[in-house]
Amino acid sequence: MYEYTDFDEAFVRERVAEFRGQVERRLDGSLTEDEFKPLRLMNGLYLQLHAYMLRIAVPYGTLNGRQMRQFAYIADRWDRGYGHFTTRQNIQFNWPKLQDVPDMLEALADVQMHAMQTSGNCIRNVTADHFSGAATDEIADPRPTAELLRQWSTDHPEFTWLGRKFKIAVTGSEHDRAVIKAHDIGLRLVQDDDGNPGYEVLVGGGLGRTPMLGKVVREFLPKEHLLPYVEAILQVYNLIGRRDNKYKARIKILVHETGIDEIRRLVESTFQENLARFNGVNQEVFDRIEASFAAPEFEPVYDVTPAVDAGLRSWIDTNVADHREPHYAIVTISLKGIGETPGDATSDQMRIMAALAEEFAHDELRISHEQNVILPHVPRRHLAEIYRRLKDAGLATANIGLVSDIIACPGMDYCALATARSIPVAQKISETFADIDRQRDIGPLKIKISGCINACGHHHVGHIGILGLDRAGVENYQITLGGDGTETASIGERAGPGFAYDEIVPAVERLIEAYLDHRSEDTETFLEVYRRMGPAPFKAALYPEAEARSNAA
Amino acid sequence: MAVIITEDGIAADDWADKTVYPFDVFWSGQELPEEALAVEFPNDRKPEDLVPWLDRIEMIRVEFPSFADGRGFSLARRLRTLGYKGRLRAAGPVVSDQHRAAVRVGFDEIELPESVAARQPAEHWVIRKQGSYQQRLAS
Repeated sequence: MYEYTDFDEAFVRERVAEFRGQVERRLDGSLTEDEFKPLRLMNGLYLQLHAYMLRIAVPYGTLNGRQMRQFAYIADRWDRGYGHFTTRQNIQFNWPKLQDVPDMLEALADVQMHAMQTSGNCIRNVTADHFSGAATDEIADPRPTAELLRQWSTDHPEFTWLGRKFKIAVTGSEHDRAVIKAHDIGLRLVQDDDGNPGYEVLVGGGLGRTPMLGKVVREFLPKEHLLPYVEAILQVYNLIGRRDNKYKARIKILVHETGIDEIRRLVESTFQENLARFNGVNQEVFDRIEASFAAPEFEPVYDVTPAVDAGLRSWIDTNVADHREPHYAIVTISLKGIGETPGDATSDQMRIMAALAEEFAHDELRISHEQNVILPHVPRRHLAEIYRRLKDAGLATANIGLVSDIIACPGMDYCALATARSIPVAQKISETFADIDRQRDIGPLKIKISGCINACGHHHVGHIGILGLDRAGVENYQITLGGDGTETASIGERAGPGFAYDEIVPAVERLIEAYLDHRSEDTETFLEVYRRMGPAPFKAALYPEAEARSNAA
Repeated sequence: MAVIITEDGIAADDWADKTVYPFDVFWSGQELPEEALAVEFPNDRKPEDLVPWLDRIEMIRVEFPSFADGRGFSLARRLRTLGYKGRLRAAGPVVSDQHRAAVRVGFDEIELPESVAARQPAEHWVIRKQGSYQQRLAS
């Protein structure tokens, strides 16, 4: 794992001191609320519906036990004993007081963490595949690239006052677990024909009210040119991206309105000009970053005895993935307990997960964009003990990738932007399908719920997406179908008129019944059926009255 | 009267009595001075359009219509990359927290409206010592 250098340490400490000063200047009136707002946002501090909210970065989703314990400490000392893991590998605390925030940031700095650039119109926390360094299909670990981008983008003098937020995601595998096509810049580690390392660069993806998939701007970018190239993209965006309308200010709109070919031309010419000033990162610095992500010292190979206990077997089937070392496994801890708030963990649960990482799993944890926690390097001989302890802590729900493993934004229970509740909808769906055997029969299914058009719950890329809106003061839920956030990405299509709060869960049930009726065999997934048959059978299930009317006509 | 901020502190505007020409002056056909030529730079114009005259220009005044509009930071970078060596001024209601970034992208000074300056005393404009990741990664 990456360890802070003296430079990082000094930087983060100074940043805390600077923010402490900004809070004081706000309180004595030398900063207006308008002026203070972007400064607090750049340090992760939002104003929510009921209170401030502090969003802390878990860069590329990687952390160790000590850092997870510090989250527990912060939750107990300054918040209400729990935290919420987000779809961007952050953790949010929902009840901090403004005057406590500098101390909370200081406590983060004590464990080499920060809340910089988790909000505001700047380059946000860089995200990466949560299976990095452990996945069986990995070409190269994306985290050194993500760390390099984290450093480069931190307090970047040119790109801290952009037209809108800017999100970068990196994957090093064929199978895209980082949703790179839904980011302002998506990077995929690739090799050219001679085996030289580099990147495929995508630009202009994003969800929100105008969902778009990223387009390839450069098929192969040599590794050493990453920073000047990304800098050129940002410079073009900063200069000619729209600023007249907040909802048209993301780079996806610029790419859409300008055309990818013209954007490519502009980026390439800017890139060539800028090379004279900055021709890329000092490769020795990059080598040091790469070295810090070396794999842990794995145990010698041994034969694995298969699990006998039925509960354990079921949990292994759903929550445990193969590791690149056959005697190791990747464990996903579900933060989607039946009827719980997706992504929430109590301070006790955090301490238990930290202890498991420290005792059994090379002291490493990950946060996934699907709002779960991962132990990436687990010797298989410890699986039974880990399962037992998770079960005692209420963390052994065996539902990863299934119908109750729902992504949901905080919605109207917390968020000032939300137009509808998301968490209770997720809870009701999860209670409706509480029976794990029934969930396993339904198979892989991604339900994603957003409580407003900003789409923090990624509903556009859910196999079933749910968007909560406000229709004349009443919550109304629209359904999109067929979305996909992986390497076969697609934006879900709207199924038709929305549903009331008490109708949405039965509507989801009808969709799933329709899927079960139409699948050709047990292994055909919901998404596969949708792609084979199109929306018709699902619309018929959603709107039986309309179906009956058209049959009668 | 506007206030000028530099790394050395608050100063009077030594350009106050001189002309700042509009961006399009080079296409206007009017006589231009050999010395002390200064140009307005609205932040939706292209730096490339000034390239033929960059050697002659003594000051470029980049407009910041609001502190939240960061186009000026990229414009300064571009102008320096294109070889502009003269004085570069950021003009508008920026906040003191942006001073460090302004200097790092190549601005020499900030021209601040009086009303904004009144709320932000000189000590706020002293640039806090902070490392630069960008410099560190490049060297």
